[in-house]
Amino acid sequence: MMLVIIAWIIAILAIVAAIYAVETKDLLSSAIAMGIASLVVSIMFLVLQAPDVAITEASIGAGLTMAVFVYAIGKTKRWEE
Amino acid sequence: MRRYAGAAIAIIFFAFSIGIFMQLASYNDYEGSNYYYKNPVNGSLANESVPSHYIKETKNETGAINAVTAIVVEYRGFDTLGEVTVLFTSATGVSFLLYHVYKKLKKREANLILKEGSKLVLPFALLTGAYIFIHGHLTPGGGFPGGSVIASGFLLMMLAYPEFFVREKSLSYSESMAGSIFVIIGLLGLLFATSFLQNFIPIGKPGYLLSADIIPLIYIAIGFKVGSELSSIVQKLKEVEK
Repeated sequence: MMLVIIAWIIAILAIVAAIYAVETKDLLSSAIAMGIASLVVSIMFLVLQAPDVAITEASIGAGLTMAVFVYAIGKTKRWEE
Repeated sequence: MRRYAGAAIAIIFFAFSIGIFMQLASYNDYEGSNYYYKNPVNGSLANESVPSHYIKETKNETGAINAVTAIVVEYRGFDTLGEVTVLFTSATGVSFLLYHVYKKLKKREANLILKEGSKLVLPFALLTGAYIFIHGHLTPGGGFPGGSVIASGFLLMMLAYPEFFVREKSLSYSESMAGSIFVIIGLLGLLFATSFLQNFIPIGKPGYLLSADIIPLIYIAIGFKVGSELSSIVQKLKEVEK
């Protein structure tokens, strides 16, 4: 029961972060919201008993991919028209 | 309007799949359930033999406690070699694209907490990454997660200090050495056993660090390779900042 509650909280957080990442005009906060979404999804993987996938998702999805996006935004424009 | 409809469909689909996941996670006996793919022609459980073979026989055949690692390195070793090649190709592509760019560093200083904190955290990040890929056959994880943890440690240092660089030469040396060690271990399997990437070292006691034949050796090589490739990608992207 506890796991189901945690899973629902995680799912709602992931959906909210993903919709915000699509809808916002600020590309920097969009990249950060995407990092939050993948961090939350990695907790979901941990709940579903896949710890190796959780490690990979947390370090690549939330760390390296976000850094690549932030460096790319630094070379282009921050605001979407 | 279409956007909101799409968002609503996505939410419904996601909630539905979460429900299915939770149902699947509550199954415990994989033997008696109809979890496996059913062959539509004759109604037999088509996929039953392979997963149950992996679950039952992995420890005796390879000596690894972590069945995922045994599948990735032993049963599907050639596939892993292809995966490593894909990563190598993408790192080479980034280097090609960003080679002739004006190099000038951004001199903005990071704040004190980030600077001191990253100095404190870096050794632990490296140690955690090394632990994850050395103990790949015992605990969850392996070469790819360990290498990416190491690369994120270096990324933290690059964010904190604008003048921090890993030497290009050492990155490319460790990467090419690790890749050649992977292929050489595979060729030794061809030499001493019957086929490429086959086990040729005696299986130790399952559960010990020096066991599971060639899995630790290959995963150490993959960890070095992935770590140096991902750090070189991030470093290339950082160098071109004007």
